[in-house]
Amino acid sequence: MIYTHDLTFGYPHHAPLFQDFNWQVQRGEMWAILGSSGCGKTSLLYLLAGLHVPTSGRIEIDGESLLRPRPRTGLILQDYGLLPWATVRQNAELGLQVRDFYGPDGKHTPKNFQAENKVPYWLERLGLSAVADKFPTQLSGGQRQRTAIARTLAVQPDLLLMDEPFSSLDAVTREDLQNLTLSLCKEQNLTLVMVTHAIEEAAALGQKILLLDTAPNQATRIFDNPQAGQPDYRSSQAYHDLCQTLWREMRHETA
Amino acid sequence: MIYARRYGGKCGMKRRDIFYSALGLLVVWQVAAVLVNRPILPGPWQVLLVFFEELRHGLLIHFGVSLWRATAGMALSVLVAAPLGLIIGGSKNLDRIFSPIIYLLYPIPKVVFVPIVFLFLGIGDVAKIAIIFLILFFQILVLVRDQAAGLPPQLLQSLRSLGAGRRALFRFVYLPASLPAILTALRQSIGTTVAVLYITELFATKYGLGYYIYYNGSTLFDYPAMYAGVIAMSLLGLGMYFLVDWLERWLCPWKYVS
Repeated sequence: MIYTHDLTFGYPHHAPLFQDFNWQVQRGEMWAILGSSGCGKTSLLYLLAGLHVPTSGRIEIDGESLLRPRPRTGLILQDYGLLPWATVRQNAELGLQVRDFYGPDGKHTPKNFQAENKVPYWLERLGLSAVADKFPTQLSGGQRQRTAIARTLAVQPDLLLMDEPFSSLDAVTREDLQNLTLSLCKEQNLTLVMVTHAIEEAAALGQKILLLDTAPNQATRIFDNPQAGQPDYRSSQAYHDLCQTLWREMRHETA
Repeated sequence: MIYARRYGGKCGMKRRDIFYSALGLLVVWQVAAVLVNRPILPGPWQVLLVFFEELRHGLLIHFGVSLWRATAGMALSVLVAAPLGLIIGGSKNLDRIFSPIIYLLYPIPKVVFVPIVFLFLGIGDVAKIAIIFLILFFQILVLVRDQAAGLPPQLLQSLRSLGAGRRALFRFVYLPASLPAILTALRQSIGTTVAVLYITELFATKYGLGYYIYYNGSTLFDYPAMYAGVIAMSLLGLGMYFLVDWLERWLCPWKYVS
């Protein structure tokens, strides 16, 4: 579903973060991108979101070259990106409003987009109905992130990009939302690419883990983790072994 | 906001406090009038009687003319400055070009332009409205620009990832984000607006509260009527202040939740 062809990217006046980087993601896969600060993991996600433009090379999603944000890609950020002046319901409806604003032009909105207001369903499903008329400042961190998820799912994406979405949440809320993300991805047949700096999160969610080195990244280092997402996986020996391996690899890089 | 929270967000509480404050001021005024005991400071009761009497004999027209000038100047400045502030704040390149110009012009006290505006636009209503426009224009421009430029990048990126292009960003982010900035600029400028309105109404007009106050005080020596004019002008400023307050509660309810 996602192909990066000789992707090179760097910020002006800085060394490149990616150099001739080739990587592919198949439909329905759940990926975690792991790496220490400054390795370029968030930049890679923004490249996939169409918010950054490659210096050279190209990115292909669903057979099309990515030149701008793609209407069927959902992006969820650590800071939620909610409008402070809009209620939970209004925030969740935002994606649909943007689509309604442009109409199905194929550029901002998919051509075959069926305008179906599933916001009430997602609010109910994500446990937000009771706070639907509250503003973001009145919510807990977990509720804010659920609102961002509801907003993204309401526009029926096929690819979900998440940038350290749960890192500012407490441990219990974080695990709840990780499990919710896993079940929603399976249920909606979403392809997931999640950026994280937390080894445990990458091991719990990523059926495949892309470990990024210090820049510039050229070769891909991928860890298969097919059991991720299965019940009780977090308490298994395989999970702990993988965490150990990832930890050693990351330590080795930064040493 | 702190006020609203402290008093449980009840507007009635605030109104009661304001009522008692007004009553206190009237008592101070009465005591001062008794102490001074000269025609240049009549007591509040006498002035209030004259005020209501004068309302039927032209004061209302003067009030209406001043209100029109202030409202027109405010509306014009919002309509021109807010979109400009949004455009400049929303574009790094435009901000780079215009910021030094705004930086130079913003601190100049616009009241010094009064004679120049009169020279160019004559002495009618247009000049008076233009001066109010000048004062508010920069306040609104700067606050809206800062608000637009200071929007968290995550907010814009989230919207862009949902398919929003430039037009949708303006419609769904920049425009609603500018509302509180416009209202803050208006609230901050009401005092100056009314003060400058008074000054402009001293020149070549027979209508407006500035004219009314000056004419009664300096030509007719009718001090109670002069004070009635001062009350009307205070009510004008206070009314506009309350209106902006109410607009903010109505348009920006998210600022008043805890």
